[in-house]
Amino acid sequence: MPATSAPPRLPRRFLRDRADKYVNLNTTNTIIMIATGTKAPDFSLSATPDQKIELSQLKGKRVILAFYPADWSPVCSDQMGLYNEMLKIFHKENAEVIGISVDSKWCHLAFSQDRKLHFPLLADFEPKGAVARAYDVYDEQLGECKRALFVIDEEGIIRWNYLSPVGMNPGADGILDALEKMDKK
Amino acid sequence: MATLKPAVSSKDHMEGNTQAPIELVEYGDYQCPHCGRAYPIIKNIQAALGDQLKFVFRNFPLAEIHPNATRAAIATEAAAAQGKFWPMHDYLFEHQQRLDDESLLRYASHLRLDAAKFRDDMENDALAQKVEDDFESGVRSGVNGTPSFFVNGQKYNGDWAEEPFLAYLKTHSK
Repeated sequence: MPATSAPPRLPRRFLRDRADKYVNLNTTNTIIMIATGTKAPDFSLSATPDQKIELSQLKGKRVILAFYPADWSPVCSDQMGLYNEMLKIFHKENAEVIGISVDSKWCHLAFSQDRKLHFPLLADFEPKGAVARAYDVYDEQLGECKRALFVIDEEGIIRWNYLSPVGMNPGADGILDALEKMDKK
Repeated sequence: MATLKPAVSSKDHMEGNTQAPIELVEYGDYQCPHCGRAYPIIKNIQAALGDQLKFVFRNFPLAEIHPNATRAAIATEAAAAQGKFWPMHDYLFEHQQRLDDESLLRYASHLRLDAAKFRDDMENDALAQKVEDDFESGVRSGVNGTPSFFVNGQKYNGDWAEEPFLAYLKTHSK
């Protein structure tokens, strides 16, 4: 097989089973995300016009980082709306969910208010996409975050990651499975 | 592929032939307009498949965007306590525009439910818990919006317009 040939198409179940091996594939490319078992890169980003959130401040809690392409887009709205309904379930697992996109803090504020979101959306706005790049989930062509999920443990270590096809709402079953597995350790 | 967790059991609300080869589970929200559009489609599919189909409905209220959805879901459970889950389920989808508490009480009286018991059950924590449990089973099963359908335990990600959905379901008939 020539070295330039496309990677083999694998069933989705296989990809999800392999998620903890930190290799993720989407439908066309092989993509390396930042590995599970490694320390989650710290960041400090605006959550509201006058408040910043640092990942390191959340030590002692589990953190679900949900990178998404854009406020207001239909799939992102459904995905963030779903997580918004699940806060009680996440809190039972000592987990906080945080959304991240390249939209500005003012855009996030309007989107949050419109959708009545009760969790923070962070603005990876300047330098644009710097945090998404640190997690290897920045789409250079579109200038947006990819649709990627990370579950980080109480010590700041990445325990699970998943890259979703950009047009598909990944739901939360993978997140809940990952949190449950962490409970068993 | 996302799998239904837990599997259908006697705790579920079921319509049709319990031994049917096709098991269709919907996770739905009474205030969701898409679920409202799906409602007559499911009725037609039930009519078309007859004994071949078992239909189960589980609650998935998106309470932040649909403020009446949880109470509406509890109303169907309160009706179920009087043996009228499906009449209430149908009635709510046919009257989606008004799902406030006052309307729910009126619908209960239209369905000839015992009003005092219905009122009590609307405040029954066990019924509210049933609705929450349905929701949690949905997210664990991979529900990412409403309506979401599972066919014989597997999440259906295809088009649920009547024609393609019926054609897909028929591939499971015996």
